[in-house]
Amino acid sequence: MGVMSALLLQLGQVGLVLLVAPAVSGMIRKMKARLQRRIGPPVLQPYRDLRRLIGKDVVLADNTSWFFRMAPYLIFAATWVAAALVPTFQTGLMFSWSGDMIAIVALLGVARFLQAAAAIDTGTSFGGIGASREVMIASLAEPAMIMVTFTVALVAGSSQLSTIAEFMLHSVGLRVSLGMALVALVIVALAENARIPVDNPATHLELTMVHEAMVLEYSGRHLAMIELAGSLRLLLYISLIACIFFPVGLVVSGAGFLAYAAALGAYGMKLVIASVFLATFEMSIAKMRVFRVPSLLGIALMLGLLGTLLLFISEGM
Amino acid sequence: MSAFSLDVAHMFAGGLVLVSFMMLYQDRLFPLINALSLHSFLLALSVAWQAHIQNTPDLYVTALISIGFKTLAVPMALRRMVEKMGLHREIEAAVRTGLTMLVGIGLVGLSMDLMLRVTAGASVLVREDIALALSVVLLGLLIMVTRRNAISQVIGFMSLENGLILAGTGARGMPLVVEISVAFSVLIAFIVIGIFLFRIRERFDTVDVRALDSFRGERR
Repeated sequence: MGVMSALLLQLGQVGLVLLVAPAVSGMIRKMKARLQRRIGPPVLQPYRDLRRLIGKDVVLADNTSWFFRMAPYLIFAATWVAAALVPTFQTGLMFSWSGDMIAIVALLGVARFLQAAAAIDTGTSFGGIGASREVMIASLAEPAMIMVTFTVALVAGSSQLSTIAEFMLHSVGLRVSLGMALVALVIVALAENARIPVDNPATHLELTMVHEAMVLEYSGRHLAMIELAGSLRLLLYISLIACIFFPVGLVVSGAGFLAYAAALGAYGMKLVIASVFLATFEMSIAKMRVFRVPSLLGIALMLGLLGTLLLFISEGM
Repeated sequence: MSAFSLDVAHMFAGGLVLVSFMMLYQDRLFPLINALSLHSFLLALSVAWQAHIQNTPDLYVTALISIGFKTLAVPMALRRMVEKMGLHREIEAAVRTGLTMLVGIGLVGLSMDLMLRVTAGASVLVREDIALALSVVLLGLLIMVTRRNAISQVIGFMSLENGLILAGTGARGMPLVVEISVAFSVLIAFIVIGIFLFRIRERFDTVDVRALDSFRGERR
């Protein structure tokens, strides 16, 4: 296995996440529509939306600064890098030493900061509302995510995703802490991706919207970047949960062609299954009041803390 | 003892602590009673598993008592009481939920730190059971302290008692545990009724449940 092929595989993963991300968003939208007995837009609709948006002119508000124009690209870049670091079909890729959970949390934090700051930059009241709500949610979701990281790192002995996945694949017993970490991570993922109990990605109702309020002023290619970053973030969380808790089908480097095909197939299956779960969950639950959200995220934080504490017991023997 | 059987024991005991937190968080009566049911069921599973791995058949009796009495009978009775008395279904908490949860986490940390030090040298299962049992007991106390509603106080007490049984289970060669369990159960039944009668009398100057009806009638 030469340097070239290793580099190619790594670039393959970087390209793969970018290619697949809009399809996952489209798939979830389609499934939700079918569950509501609507036809729904085709699965490939997000790609068409992106093409249309890129071709359109950008309309800028009068009082925006250079930061507002820069932010979409930076948000997209940070999210893309984070999504590309999560092992999707193979562990031990060339750059897997940098695929650390804490680094991913930090990259997502950077993207979130940029988005909130850009929303405030417009000076509209919606941007301000969206930014303040986003930061309120993030201030609870991020510690919960860090606690999950600690729990998983304590079990696997590393916070590097590649190592974690290999550990989970081979030598893990029955651990209640991991169950708690899974639930906490799912709650964080729902909150961070503005999915239903926290935020509704499909509406523009000013009383409840969080994420949409922040991106209201964007148009054209800027909006395309932000939409793509949103899809990438959703894909990132699905891959993260799949890689940590369900690492079945991941291949190690140097496997044959068939093994790679099987691994890609397994990854695709995981994405479909996660989409089914997400769509069904979103259909069967109502959106929360904004001021109830902290208590939901409080549960995630508490589960993370409790998981870590329980691990100390079983490890401390 | 294999690592797997220890992991399962750890899972059940950890689940007990988790359900204690669910009770701490819950602010409606019926889900709280369901949580107590779940708590006792998990306790029964935990005790039965430890009976299996420690080879002490008398613990199965404790598990059966826990299932029959505390998973089914007491929650059912509590539910009937709530329905009959037409109680307000929401529990007013004396302290905010978020703060309570933080205190709860602190208590769990405290009990683990304390017990892992105190029981150094004992077998792994005992240490784990006792550390988690103390957290369940402390969380039960916390539930009792932070709630104003009599029923939720009873539920807090019951979860506390589940913690005590868990602690007793971990200690091997303790046939008394069965008798203690039965005795405690009777005591709890007594306390359940006692608190109710006390509360009703305190509020309406009578222990007659009909006083509640006439009270509601006046307001209508």
